[in-house]
Amino acid sequence: MPSLTDVMTADADLARAPGIRTIAAKGAAPADAFVDWLCRMGDNCLILGHRVSEWCGHSPVLEEDIALANTALDLIGQTQLWLGLAGEVEGKGRTADNLAYLRDAAQFRNVLLVERPNGDFGQTLMRQFLFDVWHMEMLRALQASSDKRVAEIAAKAAKEVAYHLERSADLVIRLGDGTDESRARMQKSLNVLWPYTGELFLGDAVDQAMADAGIAPAPESLKAAWDRTISEVLAEATLVLPDGTFQHKGGKQGRHTEALGFILADMQFLQRAYPGGTW
Amino acid sequence: MSSAVRPDIQMVRHWLAQVPDPEIPVISLTDLGIIRDVAWQDDTLVVTVTPTYSGCPATSVINLDIEAALRAKGIEKLRLERQLSPPWTTDWITAEGREKLRAYGIAPPIDGTAADGRLAGRVARLAGTSNLVIACPRCGSTKTEKVSQFGSTPCKASYRCTDCLEPFDYFKCI
Repeated sequence: MPSLTDVMTADADLARAPGIRTIAAKGAAPADAFVDWLCRMGDNCLILGHRVSEWCGHSPVLEEDIALANTALDLIGQTQLWLGLAGEVEGKGRTADNLAYLRDAAQFRNVLLVERPNGDFGQTLMRQFLFDVWHMEMLRALQASSDKRVAEIAAKAAKEVAYHLERSADLVIRLGDGTDESRARMQKSLNVLWPYTGELFLGDAVDQAMADAGIAPAPESLKAAWDRTISEVLAEATLVLPDGTFQHKGGKQGRHTEALGFILADMQFLQRAYPGGTW
Repeated sequence: MSSAVRPDIQMVRHWLAQVPDPEIPVISLTDLGIIRDVAWQDDTLVVTVTPTYSGCPATSVINLDIEAALRAKGIEKLRLERQLSPPWTTDWITAEGREKLRAYGIAPPIDGTAADGRLAGRVARLAGTSNLVIACPRCGSTKTEKVSQFGSTPCKASYRCTDCLEPFDYFKCI
């Protein structure tokens, strides 16, 4: 587990973070960077899918239980596509299942936002909304990827994520612009989760390599569109954007919070205890 | 099986048209539009299938059902291929398939109304009242309301008719 300072970024650090330079395509991306980036896409879907599935049987009403389970199902399906391609590009015979069940926390590449605990129903929906807006923009851009396999997965996933976004935006508005109790909970959720959104737009060497190869957009390039949708929906929800600029980071590089270890213990137990077990 | 006795492609398609969707058994795999290609490659029959939703648990069952149906017809060398692109769309559900859905109690998809993400803000402002007019599959009334974006499977949303009070699934567009 990383020390606390590893997963925290001082405001000044974030301000100094270099933007991705615009460099003409240099040709093919290094395979290890490509695999790393594919794991980021897959792990975001896997960990969020697992988190959302924790609601199964516990939601406030049956329709929401079904909706959350279906959202989780879409995300796990997308995980199979991304991690399946990661294993293929890596070329060492690892399958999507191998990558999901047999890596330890430091090898996971998801952003910290998706491993945040569910909290109450409102916090789960707020996390989903903040992620969905990013996910939609990312998948939209990836449909123009120079890698045909990436573009195909993105085109498939975008159709599903469009529904996730409609639902999460709709519920954030209804709960935000709802009762005093629901509004207070949604505002609290936003305040708690906001410091985990900056990482979505923070590029590093892997992102740079992907952008250079025309495989994926630079993370920073998605920020303006994300800001627009977030502001529009939160305004409609009568919620106030937090004014702090402090942001956590590290998940994309494998420096996770303690929350991920608990998820993996739950998710990986069977394959660890009974290697290769099937049903 | 020698090439001389390879069943005709039209015949194979006819067989596949008799394989029901595992979750909505009133429609067949060909009604659903997920059989993208059927071809002989030498003495091997290659059936290309596209998934509906990427995480749909019916996908593996569908593959098993295809294999079982074709083996029962004497096909020995068979390969199933997954094709992601172009991604499956409800526009590919046949007219006959739509009528079967309606008769079964599922409102068929209305083409061209898939969510594209750009509408999120605007649709959300309607605060749950859909801008789609979905006719009740039981009484035909258009006075219906959305209960939830998702229904009994990933491909459906939950609706209710305010005239006859029937709760029903709408096969939403993707």
